[in-house]
Amino acid sequence: MTGITITGGRDATASRSAKAPPLRPQNRQLIILGVLLLVAIPLPLLLPSAQGAVAVRILIFAIMAIGWNTMSGFGGMFSFGHAAFFGLGAYTSAYLLVNHGVSPWIGMLAGMAVAALAAVVIGYFAFRYKLQGAYFALATFAFAEMLRLIVTTTEFTNKAVGFTVPLIEGSSLWKIQFPADSPAYFWVALALAGLAALASILFLHSRTGRYVTAIRDDETAAASLGTPVMRYKLITVGLSAAITAVAGAFYTQYYLFVNPELAFGSSVSVQAIATVVIGGIGTIWGPVVGAVIVGSLSDVTATLLRTPPEFLSFLQGRSGLDVALYAILLILIVRLLPKGIVGTLQSRWRRR
Amino acid sequence: MSDTKNGGAATLDPATPESSPARRLLAAPDGTGALLRRAGVVGGLAVIAIAVALLKSGSGLVVWQSVVTGLLMGGLYGLIAMGLTLIFGVLDIVNFAHGALLAIAMFIAFGVVQGTGLHPYLTLLVAVPALFLIGAAVHRGLLSGTGGASLENQLLITLGLSLLLENGLLMFFGAEPKNVSLPGDFQFSLFGAVVAGGRLYAFLGALLIGAVLFWLLRRTRFGTAIRAVAANGQGAELVGVNVRRVHTLTFAIGTACAGAAAVLAAPLVTVTPTLGEQFNITAFVVVVLGGMGNVAGALVGGLLIGLVEQLTTIYMDGQSSLLGVFVVFLIVLFLRPQGLFGRRA
Repeated sequence: MTGITITGGRDATASRSAKAPPLRPQNRQLIILGVLLLVAIPLPLLLPSAQGAVAVRILIFAIMAIGWNTMSGFGGMFSFGHAAFFGLGAYTSAYLLVNHGVSPWIGMLAGMAVAALAAVVIGYFAFRYKLQGAYFALATFAFAEMLRLIVTTTEFTNKAVGFTVPLIEGSSLWKIQFPADSPAYFWVALALAGLAALASILFLHSRTGRYVTAIRDDETAAASLGTPVMRYKLITVGLSAAITAVAGAFYTQYYLFVNPELAFGSSVSVQAIATVVIGGIGTIWGPVVGAVIVGSLSDVTATLLRTPPEFLSFLQGRSGLDVALYAILLILIVRLLPKGIVGTLQSRWRRR
Repeated sequence: MSDTKNGGAATLDPATPESSPARRLLAAPDGTGALLRRAGVVGGLAVIAIAVALLKSGSGLVVWQSVVTGLLMGGLYGLIAMGLTLIFGVLDIVNFAHGALLAIAMFIAFGVVQGTGLHPYLTLLVAVPALFLIGAAVHRGLLSGTGGASLENQLLITLGLSLLLENGLLMFFGAEPKNVSLPGDFQFSLFGAVVAGGRLYAFLGALLIGAVLFWLLRRTRFGTAIRAVAANGQGAELVGVNVRRVHTLTFAIGTACAGAAAVLAAPLVTVTPTLGEQFNITAFVVVVLGGMGNVAGALVGGLLIGLVEQLTTIYMDGQSSLLGVFVVFLIVLFLRPQGLFGRRA
């Protein structure tokens, strides 16, 4: 688990100066979060509607990435199957809404609970049998793929067809449905992303969070000091899954459609991983920065595909360019900035 | 049991090179008795699985057909997994791009057959060397020098590579499925089960290449160097083995195995850019089943997974055959992470 840095932690209190005491990292991060949110609120009113849609997608990426980072960055448990939790969130809320008319807010909570439960169960077995590194990654991957296959062939999840969320008349916050291009979608997503970031900040500085980072850095040492390793790992995994499920539930509400591939496909897991790796694993802001980069990149490639310049005309209408580009970005970042963008900036900053 | 539980996990920690299962590439089996006993257990489970399938379907012919098809397909899985497990055993790299490289080879085979009208199997002469070179280039260009980097980073590089290759294929060839047809393909009946000639050739070819690989590792000087590096990289370096070169060649050989498997499998499947994913998943399962880094185990694991895949379609109507593969995968991963034939740590 080398190459992982966390913001804040014990060192901050040690460097307290005699005069104005510096802010505790937790408070500093909370202030940054508040400023970011304030800056973001008027965005949908300023951006043209196409960019507004990109902004919403960035927020969905951010929530998903924050979820992945909680478990794999802070917790050091490298998940390859976050599609499982994203999908459970998406499908639970879609199922409740479409078949029982339950508000997506309640569906979202239910999805979080289902995803957290699933994560705790798979986590329990994985930790019980001490799966680590690639073995853990492969186990989570297999879990997500199994869910995808099961959902694809199960009657009440509409098999491969998935769910189409019915449109309702007018706009309703209770059903998270607004007129197309309404800034309200952005604000709801922003609120959810803000809550996710808040949860990750509070978690990192909580008792559990500190135990988990300690376990990540040296599990044997932590266990030998009497830390209940299993309990803290399971809490982390559950929280991570719950945050990721929020992204899934909102995704369904925003795009009004979900199918097994979109919800449980391995590309969802890859997206979560790539976003955080580009931003910086194990940092608070890495997932956010990564989401902005990956989200805008996919917009750039979409434009490029719609109206390609002369020398790229063969790309017209072809798919795959966006993923290929972020694959290149992923490789470059891992090779050149193994700590991701935020991680690298932080270590530069500290060295000064 | 606690010693065995740690076995698989320890493999991935670069800090503990000794005694990890990955280093036991082709090592002499730990006691023929233990190995035989385990083979007996695995064989017994296979027999029970077949018996249950018989009860479920009620038709001996259906089950027999599944067993034959499964074993024939399993040979190919074994060959693909051999490349993967070799790379893991020597370089400790979990190569997520293995499937995508396989897809590249299939497109090479497809392109050559389309372009020149060559017999599909003759494209081995192009695809295998091409994949060997691609493998060497990938190792030199992307992976070499990340030896000390964390496992996650190597995993991410191969993951990125896999995405890049797959989507590159998608961009240039489109998503339409392609077919490589085998001229003069025939079918024959093996005690009632229908066997296509292409499947039989693929199976025999996989066994033959597997045997060559085995011979290469066990009987040649170069194979000795590979095993030395796998066992103890620093030690091998001290006695004059060029470790970096061995790493590159091993990666290239592993990739070439995928290339050979791709050509053999091309007439049996519809070729699409994302086809590699399926094979990749299966290959990982086989590798874990056979014990990471265990080349002979990969072949046996391949046969088993071929069998599981076919029997799944009998057990679970309408379910994807991969579901059974994943169930077996998780069970093996949890209970015996060092693989069915891996040694206890």
